[in-house]
Parts: sequence; C-alpha cells; structure tokens
Amino acid sequence: MTENKSNVTPALAAEMGLSVDEFARCEGILGRTPNLTELGVFSAMWSEHCSYKSSKIWLKTLPTEGPRVICGPGENAGVVDIGDGDAVVFKIESHNHPSFIEPYQGAATGVGGILRDVFTMGARPIAILDSLRFGSPDHPKTRHLVGGVVAGIGGYGNCVGVPTVGGECQFHLSYNGNILVNAMCVGIARADRIFYSAASGAGNSVIYVGAKTGRDGIHGATMASAEFAEDAGEKRPTVQVGDPFTEKLLIEACLELMAGDAIVAIQDMGAAGLTSSSVEMAGKGGLGIELDLDQVPTREAGMSPYEIMLSESQERMLMVLRPGSEAEARRIFEKWELDFAVIGHVTETGRLILKMHGEIAADIPIGPLVTEAPLYQRPVQPRDKAAEIDPSALPARDPLDCLKRLIACPDLASKRWIWEQYDHLVMGNTVKRPGGDAAVVRLNDSGKALALCTDCTPRYCRADPERGGMQAVAESWRNLCAVGATPLALTDNMNFGNPEKPEIMAEFAGAVAGMRAACLALDYPVVSGNVSLYNETSGSAIWPAPVIGGVGLIADAAKAVDLALKHDGNTLILLGETAGHLGASLYLREIEGREDGAPPPIDLAAERRHGDFVRAEINASRVAACHDISDGGLLVAVAEMAMAGDRGVTLDSLPNDIAILFGEDQARYLIETASPDAVLAAAKDAGIYAQRIGAICGAALTLPGGGAISVRELKAANEAWLPAYMAGA
Amino acid sequence: MKAAVIIFPGSNRERDVCAALKRASGKEPAIVWHREAELPAADLIVLPGGFAYGDYLRCGAMAAHSPIMREVKARAAKGVPVLGICNGFQVLTEAGMLPGALLANRTLSFVCRDVHLRVENSQTIFSCGYEAGQVIRVPVAHGEGNFTADDAALDRLEGEGHVAFRYCSPSGELTDDGNFNGSARSIAGIFNDTRTVLGMMPHPENVTDPLLGGTDGQGLFDGLVSALQ
Repeated sequence: MTENKSNVTPALAAEMGLSVDEFARCEGILGRTPNLTELGVFSAMWSEHCSYKSSKIWLKTLPTEGPRVICGPGENAGVVDIGDGDAVVFKIESHNHPSFIEPYQGAATGVGGILRDVFTMGARPIAILDSLRFGSPDHPKTRHLVGGVVAGIGGYGNCVGVPTVGGECQFHLSYNGNILVNAMCVGIARADRIFYSAASGAGNSVIYVGAKTGRDGIHGATMASAEFAEDAGEKRPTVQVGDPFTEKLLIEACLELMAGDAIVAIQDMGAAGLTSSSVEMAGKGGLGIELDLDQVPTREAGMSPYEIMLSESQERMLMVLRPGSEAEARRIFEKWELDFAVIGHVTETGRLILKMHGEIAADIPIGPLVTEAPLYQRPVQPRDKAAEIDPSALPARDPLDCLKRLIACPDLASKRWIWEQYDHLVMGNTVKRPGGDAAVVRLNDSGKALALCTDCTPRYCRADPERGGMQAVAESWRNLCAVGATPLALTDNMNFGNPEKPEIMAEFAGAVAGMRAACLALDYPVVSGNVSLYNETSGSAIWPAPVIGGVGLIADAAKAVDLALKHDGNTLILLGETAGHLGASLYLREIEGREDGAPPPIDLAAERRHGDFVRAEINASRVAACHDISDGGLLVAVAEMAMAGDRGVTLDSLPNDIAILFGEDQARYLIETASPDAVLAAAKDAGIYAQRIGAICGAALTLPGGGAISVRELKAANEAWLPAYMAGA
Repeated sequence: MKAAVIIFPGSNRERDVCAALKRASGKEPAIVWHREAELPAADLIVLPGGFAYGDYLRCGAMAAHSPIMREVKARAAKGVPVLGICNGFQVLTEAGMLPGALLANRTLSFVCRDVHLRVENSQTIFSCGYEAGQVIRVPVAHGEGNFTADDAALDRLEGEGHVAFRYCSPSGELTDDGNFNGSARSIAGIFNDTRTVLGMMPHPENVTDPLLGGTDGQGLFDGLVSALQ
C-alpha cells in the first residue's frame, strides 16, 4: 500500500492528463489531496475518452430521439424498436491509438470491446462492420498495419463466431501516423428485455465475471508514463491483449443468465476498466458502491489498488444481482468456466469506497466525480472555405483510361483481400455479403432483415466540415435505401485531431452541424457513438472522419437488392441530377493529383425524395439491381455494377464529358430495371429527374462514342491492387 | 432423422447446422453440451464448426478429449453416423476417428469464400443426394484446412473410395487455383473405413437456402434424411 501513499502532486496529475485546474477541482471535491488510486480514478473518469469534455457541448445538439428509439446515447449501445417485439442494439467504437502501436491486438480488442457493449444490453451480436483508414500505401508502416489490423479483426470476430459483414477501407497520407480503426457491432434483443447499467438496491451484491485482471492496458484511457512506472514498479504496455475464446464464453454465459431475472444492472469493463464500470453503475443509480479489491480475480499476485482499478484487461463484466440469485448466476458462469466473484455491494452512501488488505484505498463521492467533471467550450476557428472547381479549366482526358485508373486506385480497388479473411457467413443469415452498398443480415424466424453500412468521406470533411458531416449521414442513408431498407438510426464515430486547436474544434463543430441537419431532414437519429480526439502526430492532424454506422430495416429479406447487374436487355436508369461537381473528388485527386476544391453541395430534400422513391421501387419489385453514386462518380458506379454482375453495359445517352462521368454530385442512384417505362413514369410523378442511360448487354462497358473496355479487364484492374500491395509487389 | 449436435466451448456454427438439419428433416436437433457423459438416442451425430477452446492449442486437440467424445466414439463404433464440419473435422482427426491432419492454409490466412467441390463418391449415406463427379459450390471459412497425410494413407483413402470431396475448378478440374488451401490431392472431405464418419472443411450448412447465396449444400442433408429415415 506504500504506492498508494506516495506523494501525489500536480505534476503527477499532469502526467495522468489532468490540468492544474482539474487537479484543484479533485482536491476541492475530496477536501484533501487524493491518494494515487483516487488520482487514477479522477484522471480516468475525467479523461477525454470517458468524459467527452471537449465534445459534449456539440454532441448534445444532435437529434437522438424518434418514434422507434428505445434508448439513445449514454448507455453501452443504442436500442431501436424493429417491430414484433424485437429491438436492434448497436454502436461503433474506435481503437485508433492501440491499433497503431500494436495492430493485431489493438484491432482485435476493438472488436472485443464493441461486442461487449452490445451483449451487455442483453442482445446477441449478429454482425460486425469495420471502418478502416490507413496512411499512404507508400508509407513504410502501412503494409504492416493493414496486415495486422485485418488479421486482428478476423482473429477475434471469426473465433467469437459473429460475422464481419461490411465496412470500408481507405488510404491517405494524413493517417500515416494515426490510423483509424472503428468497429461497429449490431445485436438483436427482445425490446422488453434490455439491460441497463444503473445500479439499484442498496445491499445488492456486485459481481465480477469473465477473465482475470492483469497488468495489461493500465491507464489505457489516459496515459503511459515512464516516470510513473519507476514509482509503481513494473508496468506492461498500455495495449490490451484479446482473448476471443473467453469473450465467446462470456457472451453465452451472460445471455444464459439474462434469460432469467437475476440481473439488476450490468456494465462491461471497457476503457478505464473497473473504475468506469463501477462509477457509472453507481452514478446512474444515484447510489454508492463499496468494493473489496482483495476479492477481484487477478492474473498475478501483488497488484496494487491503482493497478486493479485502472487495468484494461479484456473480457470482463460487472453486474449487480438481485438478492438470492447468486447461486444460479455462479452455476452458469462455472459451467462456462469463467471467473465469478462477489467483490462488493451497492450502498446508500453515494461514495465509491475501495478496500484492500483491510485498509481504505479510495473514498470518493460519486456525484461530484460524475457531475463536476470538466466540460469545455473550446475556441473554434474555421479554416477558409475551399473554392469551387471549374471543370472546364481541367485538361481533356480519355474517360475509359481514367476509369481504369480510378477503379484500381487504393480507395476504389476491391477490398476482397480484406473481407475474405473475415468469416462473413457464420450464423447463417448473411443475405448480402461484403462488397455492396450495405450488407443485409436476415433476422432468424422472421422475414425481416437489417441493412448495415459504415460511411465517411474525409476529403469532403477536411474541405468543408459542415458539408462533410452532412454528406456522411446522407451517404449512409442512401446506402441503406439502395438495398431496399428503411433507415432507422445511426451510430457515429467522431475521429478528429487535437480539440485544443481552434481549427480542429471548428472541424468538429462544423461536422456536427452538418450531421444534425442531415439527421433531422432524413429522420435518422443518432442513438450511440464514440469520440476519438488527439489523432495527431508531430503536430499534424488526421483528415477529420465522422464515421457514420447506419442501420436500416427490410420488411421482407427476399426483396433486398444488390448492385450486381442481373439480365441482358434490362435498362440502366440514372436517378437524380448531375451537375458535374469535381471539387474534392476522387477524380481530381487520382487523375489530376489535386486535393483542392469544395465538396459537392447536398440537397437534403432531394436525398429524402430520391431515397424514398428508390425504396418504393425496390418494394414494388421493379428493381433488379441498385447502386448509389458516390466516390468516383457515375462511370465508376456503372463499372462497379458491371463488375459485380459480370455483365456489360452499353451507355447510349450520356455526354462524353469528364465532369458528368466523374463528378460526385449527391442524391443519385443507378437502377437496373426490366420495366423502364414504369420506373420513369413513377419518377416523373414524384418530381424526380430520371434518365435512361443505357442497356445491360454483352461483356464490355461501352461509352456513347463507341469506346469500350471489357468487364474482365476492369475486374482484373480492380482486383489486382490490394493483393499485390500486400504481397509487397 | 433425429440428429444430436455436440457443443464444445467455442463452437460457433451450431445454429447454422441446426437450421439446415431442421429444414431437411423437420426435426429440431438435440443440443448436447460437451461435458455430458451420455448422448441421447440419435440417428446422426454432428460436430459443428467453430473454435473449440479457442483453438489455442492445435485445432480440435482439446475438444477431442472432452468427456462426450468417448460416447461419440462408442456410438460411431456401433455404426451411428458422425458428421464433422470444419472444426468438427479437425476434432475427428485429433480424436483418431479419421486419418490425417489439418494444417494452416497455404496462404497462412483465414479464407472465407465460395469454393467448388467435386463429389468423389456418391455411394454413401452422406453423399447419396449427389451424383459422382457433380460439382457443387459451397463456402469455406477456415484458417487451418490444409489436409495432410502420408502417401500411404492418401493412397489408401483414394484406393478405397474414402475421399468424399475435392476442391476443384468451376468445371470440375483439379487445379492449383481451385485447391486454395493447399490440401494434399485437393482433398476437402474424407470418410472413415465404414463410410459412416464424414469430416469436411467446407460448410454445406451455409448453402441450404436460396436467400443466402445457394442451395448446393442441401443435397448432403436431404441425402442423410433419405438414407437414415
């Protein structure tokens, strides 16, 4: 216990990430100087990661309610009603920093953490998606990071037996020193069987289940301090190690216990481990909690209270049980060969009291620890808006040559190499596999299905944060509509640089404003999310990435469509207007080597109108294939449909104009149909611009001027890049 | 046909195979926890896919010593058919119920995708729903499915008609591309001496529903139902 009494100073607090003011506030709350364990608790709870102190004032402006929303942000995951007594439970979370340091374990534990957030709510996880951003392919670390992250995600998800059905993967040099690894998990529960974290019932037992506590990941939420290691003895690195087998057992054991009435409250031990889980459970219940740390199952002897409280060892849960249900709970956890320990009880004191070796190791009033957490309105200084691009000033180019280069570029190249390493079929419900606009996963014993996707276009967000935030939400919504789903709600993963810099805070504020507008216009609320700030290396920030994880509902799984062209003779229809907007486009970057220009404007009313129309046409079974038009524009979208279906297209009514073919105007879809007259008439009635642009036929993509490229050649270019890159070629 | 599906800690494709069995037989399979010492009466025993004990040791090595495996062996010796899929195949080889072993894929990475299989022997309870030489499209999802055995054992498997399926091209040729994981003689599945035990790496249970990308796995389950009715 000598460690606990060691001298706590403002300097030590600063090493743990607490400012002088914040440290003074701790002393004010306690009426004395905190001891080491208490300081650790404050610094973890008040870390950016746990307190959202820089982001909260902006995040609370986002719409979080809707007729179907059962539980919005603030719990482990969001919960949305999907009818028939079922609910979908989902959240996205980042593991950016650990994945850069140790890609395999960093990514694996990211998956583990987000799975726990979902099954903690009483849901069985049914799908994982991963949104990945790596540095430039030329950067010496990128190949190693891609390989490690993909193996880590696969290694965890495959073993746990939850299919990884979708996601995205992009490359840009702004991520050279800070990759983004965002994992989303989706689960299914009964709407009246959702479990929450608020403790109740003074005297009720607090139970620890799962894996043992070790010295891994100590203080992962705030720091890794060398000086501190000298004081506190040996410390392991702050990256945790995942054990998917234990996670699988934990899922089964928790869901088995949740089938009964034993659990009053449950919380997983994620960031800041036992600290945040115990404080959140007691805090939300307005109660106190007393823990006997001698009872915590530990992996090694001699762990201090500080280490036990700040460890981020994986695959652990904290529960409050109803009196008399301990024996049943113990039986279930012993069946699954998991640790089960009564480590304390709920109290009426409102205090967090930690005991070890007969001494009080910490005594903190929980109310102020939670409510008096710092909250900052940081200064905001937007950058100058990027100028619009005049397409007529760009050089003339051969469209097919540009197309071939674009579909082989790192951002558009096939990501098959990645998703074939993920088991995307386990659980036997994957209706639409990875590679489309959205994955579709059937719900057991019903005709229903969920559509799932992750989206963000950081180059838009960098050029104009507000448009970028709006576009991320709109594209997510569009991708769900494109498979025939009704978008329900989203989860957001806000990846930004250092919020203490006004231009970064302006990116954040702008992105939130854009997201808010889109969420409101599209009735697409935010029900959960995560914030990852300080994604900077040597003063240089990542391109901002408010990643949107979208969930939509399909009433009849058999009606879901994908992007693969189906039948020769069918017609290809372009829905939505094309102005030829090339600012911040992939064409500009990949072909002209320029990253300037304003991103495309977004007409949210048109998004809504067009998406609702597409969904109705899909439901009316008039759509054979559908694809949203996004990165790379119209011609890339046509090529993607051709490659997916292994069929050619003859485009006969488009100008051979670079801006029209590659512009990234929003709110557009391509529809393959056998009933073009009906679709065009319906579009006209709905006041939507729709144009027949070609016919499905042959084995080549043919332009109006007669130029053609075989689908086989397109596929070879599209499939070649990533495997060759990973092989070191 | 009443089936019993064995669950080891870490099994994760039991739902998939139960759904396929139920669809084919109309009967809900019995679920048997690995620590049980006794099996219920069953016409078929299934060891499902997954990562038993996390496969932290050799795949299937721990599960092969689970209490229930004594009973599985005893039933198999009496002629009760046993089907091991993916991890179940690995368990069967570790338990000595099938020859050979499954090594890491030649790419050293996990592979999940549809592959083509050629039915080598249709004269068994497992494969009677297919024609010999028929090519079926079935997904795989494994990191360690590279079948190996010594030449004598391979010759014997081939000579006695104990090769169930081989990886092949879409038109049924044995090609290097088709044999994606590097298995000896492209072997994807094998029978025991009495052809009442089948171990296979691919997942027929995942292609028994047109909505999920195919029905080529249906033949295996329909064949079992008709043979064991």
